[in-house]
Amino acid sequence: MSTTTTTPTAGRRIVPPRLSEYARTFVARHASVMPMLAALVILVLILIGAQIHFGDFVNPRTLSSLLLDNAYLLILAVGMTFVIVTGGIDLSVGSVMAFTGIAAAQMLDHGVSSAIVIPAMILGGAVIGLMIGVLVQYFDVQPFIASLAGLFLARGLAYVVSLKSIRVENEHVIWLQSTRWWFGEWYLTPTGVLALLTVVVGALVMKYTRFGRTVYAVGGGEQSARLMGLAVARTKVLVYVISGVCGGLAGLVLTAYSGAGYPRNGIGTELDVIAAVVIGGTLLTGGVGYVVGSLIGVLVYGTIHTVISYMGAEQSWMRIIIGLMLLMFIVVQRVIVVRAERRR
Amino acid sequence: MSTSTTEPTKPQERGTDAVVEMRGVTIRFPGVLALDRVDFTLRPGEVHALMGENGAGKSTLIKALTGVYSVDSGTIAVSGTERVFSSTADAQAAGISTVYQEINLCPNLSVGENVMLGHEPRGLRGIDWRTTHRTAAEHLRSLGLELDTQTILSSHSIAVQQLVAISRAMVLDARVLILDEPTSSLDRDEVEQLFTVIRGLRDRGVAILFVSHFLDQIYEISDRITVLRNGTLVGEYAIDDLPRGELVTKMIGRELDELEAISVSAERAIDRTVAPVIKAEGVGRKGVLEPADLDVFPGEIVGIAGLLGSGRTELVRLLCGADRPDTGTLSVHGKVTRLSTPRHALERRIAFSSENRRAEGIVADLTVAENIMLGIQARRGWLRKVRKQEQDAVVAEYIKALGVRPADPNRKVGDLSGGNQQKVLLGRWLATAPELLILDEPTRGIDVGAKADIQRKVAELAEQGLAVIFISSELEEVLRLAQRVAVMRDRRQIGVLESSAVDVDGVIDYMATVGEGSVA
Repeated sequence: MSTTTTTPTAGRRIVPPRLSEYARTFVARHASVMPMLAALVILVLILIGAQIHFGDFVNPRTLSSLLLDNAYLLILAVGMTFVIVTGGIDLSVGSVMAFTGIAAAQMLDHGVSSAIVIPAMILGGAVIGLMIGVLVQYFDVQPFIASLAGLFLARGLAYVVSLKSIRVENEHVIWLQSTRWWFGEWYLTPTGVLALLTVVVGALVMKYTRFGRTVYAVGGGEQSARLMGLAVARTKVLVYVISGVCGGLAGLVLTAYSGAGYPRNGIGTELDVIAAVVIGGTLLTGGVGYVVGSLIGVLVYGTIHTVISYMGAEQSWMRIIIGLMLLMFIVVQRVIVVRAERRR
Repeated sequence: MSTSTTEPTKPQERGTDAVVEMRGVTIRFPGVLALDRVDFTLRPGEVHALMGENGAGKSTLIKALTGVYSVDSGTIAVSGTERVFSSTADAQAAGISTVYQEINLCPNLSVGENVMLGHEPRGLRGIDWRTTHRTAAEHLRSLGLELDTQTILSSHSIAVQQLVAISRAMVLDARVLILDEPTSSLDRDEVEQLFTVIRGLRDRGVAILFVSHFLDQIYEISDRITVLRNGTLVGEYAIDDLPRGELVTKMIGRELDELEAISVSAERAIDRTVAPVIKAEGVGRKGVLEPADLDVFPGEIVGIAGLLGSGRTELVRLLCGADRPDTGTLSVHGKVTRLSTPRHALERRIAFSSENRRAEGIVADLTVAENIMLGIQARRGWLRKVRKQEQDAVVAEYIKALGVRPADPNRKVGDLSGGNQQKVLLGRWLATAPELLILDEPTRGIDVGAKADIQRKVAELAEQGLAVIFISSELEEVLRLAQRVAVMRDRRQIGVLESSAVDVDGVIDYMATVGEGSVA
């Protein structure tokens, strides 16, 4: 009576006969890491390809600016990872980023101290996230619809604040962008540090807190998680709050990056974020995904962007390539899921 | 004491030792009294079987005890203190854990994490994974399981997952463990392993509430039996005081008389010289169903007996075009054919009524009339309009023939009781004038009256020449209606029995023993 038999009847055909024991253990333990590793392989391949093609692509300057240019995207992707792992979606992030950005620019323009403005941006994002979370959890609204409402609300608020771009001259905000900490040829900006900190904190929360594990449990089976006595309601609301907070933080970073608040910022950014998260190996059906994977996803996204700029090609190629990659990743994920189901 | 209690064999020994004591518990759903003043007592260190037919109130009682449903009247006391549970978390905190038939764990997480989720040991840097996995492994080992706790849950068999769920209950320090149909998808060795675990827990003083359809298993593991019928308590008995036959009688009760009349159906002779309406030879699908043979003649009712997951639904889905077989041939009226979609099957006059009434059957937001018309419309094609008068006539006819209550064609189907929804669904398929009607669990979860109505109607239709395939978990029902019974187990057809030659126990034995060991 062996209990370690994994496949009662259907196993004969499915388990490849010559898989080494080590590989089998790895798959049984870490099947969910595979899509992320695939993304990493693709990132490396793109970098190698670009290096061969351009001769001088992989250098400290390009890679440092990759982080700088995509800092806001990275922050949004961390929040989005939490939401998608629960099986939800947050379409509001681009608008939240624009709203907090323009509102901050307006307040700074009126001489409000950045010590008040920056926390207010975070808070604004959190409030919109809370609203979406409450709609999803307590009013049983589809996350797509609830966050779509959040999208329109935040975008509308952004237009209410100002229809035109507002320059930001606050020294603290400018400092975030203009400071370069050099490490030999490499450099980091405070915005980049913020983004990396978000990744580190996000990854630790997902892995080492009960809240983080509940996020996975909800994505694996909401009903099961509830029956297991986990705090499902609180968790589901909180992931949208986290995504909102990331939206506010991204608003700060983008405002610093562009030196202005602009109400039309980030239109469609939510879709770029979702694409990056999915490329990074997070399953849209929930339950599987890593913050580090999303970091890789954003880097893949940013690298393709840079490559296309280098080639001087139309940026529409960017869309086409990202579209094709998404398609590929979703098919890969689907195959993994189907195989996992069949293995039972 | 409930008024409906008959001859409780044991003198009342309910004292302070009971870990769970339910008194006069009543739960009402719209239109149905799910539990009517039921008493139930669970003592530490016993395995207590809760028995009753489908719809008797077993799962309602369990859900009341686990805080899923709130009680309309009556009390629940745990270890002598009266409690009101508003969620499963509440019940768990009071020491009541449940392992459901469909495993309520997270397939995407590791075995160890599933055991410990919500109770992981934490250090300064958050969850201490090493200790978590070590503790989980210890809990699993105490149930006799040696598992790599870092493997993903979904890579294990259902049996192992079930045991993981029990380990989880032990982490919660459960004093009461509810096992709701835990054995329905396990093979014999796995059941034995589960029973070893259950006995171990019982000896540790855990009170175990066990629900199963398998009488053999009930008699193997239980110390005591409580029987429910139609939401009322029949009685509580020590296992030795209640022989099998008596248990079945108590479970079925007066329903037996009510349905006796239909039993002539099973004895009706069938002309098997004509071409069968449908004939399947070696029809199967890789990983879903091993090749099976089945034929149904005009006027015949063929029952399919088997447990949930035994392959009975999978078989009929292959017959009606819902899934495509990858082996074997299918002939309709003697002509070999391929049915690629349910619509295609409907053109050949084969109608399939799914077991999943809500998801694949009725459209709850449409009216009774609209639901019935859907069937006709699907057969005629969407372009040809059915005239209004014709519609009204057809709808009125079926409402009357099937006894749909309320007899209002403009009522939303979602507002009807389960039994009447089922009648509407039956009406929809009958309106397509089928030659073969496939009914998958048409009587599950509906009240006795409606059940009798549907059975009577099916028997009547067969007498008029309709061929029927009838699936039900209730063997009594299958044997009452069908002339032949195909028996399924482990996604395999293990035989076809003449129903006049067997009784319920015979089928159960057949199901459990025939062909044992021939599958890898």
